[in-house]
Amino acid sequence: MLLNVQGITVNYGSISALRDVSLWADQGELVSVIGANGAGKTTLLKTVSGILRPAKGNIEFDGRDITRLRPEKIVKSGVVMVPEGRRIFPDLTVKENLELGAYTIKDRHLKKTLFELVITTFPRLKERLKQHGGTLSGGEQQMLAMGRALMGDPRLLLLDEPSMGLSPIITREIFGLIELIRREKSISIILVEQNAHMALEHSQRAYVLENGEIVMEGPSSEIKHNPRIIDAYLGV
Amino acid sequence: MDILSYVLQQGINGLQLGAVYALIALGYTMVYGVLRLINFAHGDIFMFGAFVAYFLIAKFGIPIYLVFIITMLACAIAGYLIEKIAYKPLRDAPKISLLITAVGVSLFLEYFLSLNAIFTPNYIAFPRPFDVKGYDLSLFTITNVQIIIFIITFVSLFLLYLLIYRTNYGRAMRAVSHDKETAALMGIGIDGIISFTFIVGASLAGVGGILYGIAYPQINVFMGIMPGIKSFIAAVLGGIGIIHGAVIGGLIIGICEVFVSAFLSSTFRDGVIFIILFAVLLFKPSGILGKRIEKV
Repeated sequence: MLLNVQGITVNYGSISALRDVSLWADQGELVSVIGANGAGKTTLLKTVSGILRPAKGNIEFDGRDITRLRPEKIVKSGVVMVPEGRRIFPDLTVKENLELGAYTIKDRHLKKTLFELVITTFPRLKERLKQHGGTLSGGEQQMLAMGRALMGDPRLLLLDEPSMGLSPIITREIFGLIELIRREKSISIILVEQNAHMALEHSQRAYVLENGEIVMEGPSSEIKHNPRIIDAYLGV
Repeated sequence: MDILSYVLQQGINGLQLGAVYALIALGYTMVYGVLRLINFAHGDIFMFGAFVAYFLIAKFGIPIYLVFIITMLACAIAGYLIEKIAYKPLRDAPKISLLITAVGVSLFLEYFLSLNAIFTPNYIAFPRPFDVKGYDLSLFTITNVQIIIFIITFVSLFLLYLLIYRTNYGRAMRAVSHDKETAALMGIGIDGIISFTFIVGASLAGVGGILYGIAYPQINVFMGIMPGIKSFIAAVLGGIGIIHGAVIGGLIIGICEVFVSAFLSSTFRDGVIFIILFAVLLFKPSGILGKRIEKV
C-alpha cells in the first residue's frame, strides 16, 4: 500500500468538511474519487498534500506518517498535487512553470531527465516553452499543470478535476495522458472528478464521497453499474 | 539655453534622489508581493543602514566597499529579525493586525534607537568617505557623488534582476507573490521565501541609507520617515507588487520633488508628493504598471 488515509476528519471552523474518511492506493494504481460539488473532494486532496490539517485520523505514505508534515516536505517525499483550475503561474513562461515544479529536485541530472520525460509526454508544451503560462489554452494549461507536477518526480499524483472546463475531445486526450503516466511510469494517481463517467472508465477502483463521507467504494467496473450511482452521477 | 541647462541640472539632481527612493521602494513592493503587507518599518531599516555606515566610517575608518557589505548584512539581519519576531506570529491573523504591528515596529525602532545610549535623537554629520568633485559637462554639472549613486544603484538593480529572473529563489519569490498555496504545492517553503524577501529588501534599503548619507550628509533617527513614505508612494505609483514599477515610481517621485523645489518652492516639495498619491489612488489605484487592483 503506497498511500493509506485512515479515518481523517477535517473541519473548517465548526463545519466538518470530511468525516472519518479512509482511502488507500497501491503502487501504480489509478483510484478515482467521485462526488458532487462540495462533497469534500478537494478538501481530501488538500489534506493529503498538507495544505489542510486533519482534526483526527492519520495519513501514511510509503509506510511513513506524513499527517503533520508541511506541504513542501510532503512534495519532497513524493506526493504532488495538481490543483483544481490548474493554477498555472500566468506571468511565468512555460519553461519557468516547469522549473518551479522541480523546485525540490537538487540533482541537475535528474532534473534534465524529468524535463525530457515531460517534454516527450506532452509534446505540445515543447513548442510553447518560451510563452507565458497565461497564454495557453485550457487543455494546454492542464498539460502544463500535470507536467509541472511530474517535474517534482512524484510517486503519487493527486489530480483535482483535470477535466474542468475542457471540451469532451480535450478531456479524452487528457485522460489518455493520465493513463499513459500511470502505465509508463507506474506512478499512482488519485483522481478527483465531477465527470464520474470518465473517472470510472479509467480508474481501477473508486470511492464515492457524499457530504464529507465515503458512502461507497470498490472496483470501478462494479460502481459503474450500481443503479444508485447511475442515477445520481451517470444519468443521461 | 540657460533654462535648458537648468532643467537638465535639476533632472540630474532629481535622478540622484529618485535612485535612493527606488532602492527603498523595492523593499516595500517585494514585501507587499509576498505578504500583502505595507511594511512601515522599512523606512527605519533605511535609517538603520545610514547609522551603521556612519559608525563604520566615522568610528572604525573601514574602507568604503566593506562599509557597503557590512551595512547590507546588518540591515539584512535586522529585516530578518523584524519579520521573524513581529510579523511571522501573525501569519494567519487579519491583515489589519499586521499593518498595525508594522506601524508599531516602526515607532519602536525610531524611539528605541533615539535613546542617548544608542543613536541619540540628534542630527549627526555623516562623514563623506571622499571629497565632492564636480565635472562640468557644459550643459550641466555632475558630481562624483552622483556618479557613484547612479553606478551603485544600477549595479544593485542589475543584481536584483538576476536574482529575481535568473535564479530558483527568484522564481520561487515570484510564485509565492502570485499564489502562495500553489507555490507550496511545488514544494516551495513559503516561510523561507518570505524571510528571504525581507533580507533582500532590507539590504537594498541599507544601500539606499549609505547613498543618502553620502549625498545629504546629515543623519538622524527620524530620517527614515519622509523618504520611507515617499518611497512607499513611489511603489504605489509604479504599481505595488511590481518590481519595475518601484524603480520607475522612485525616479518619478525623486524628479518631481526636485523640480517642485526648483521651480515652485521647496515648501511644496512634500505636499506635491502626497497630491500624487491622492491622484494615483483616485484615478489609477493599480499604479502605472498595474493591471488589476489587488484586494487588501
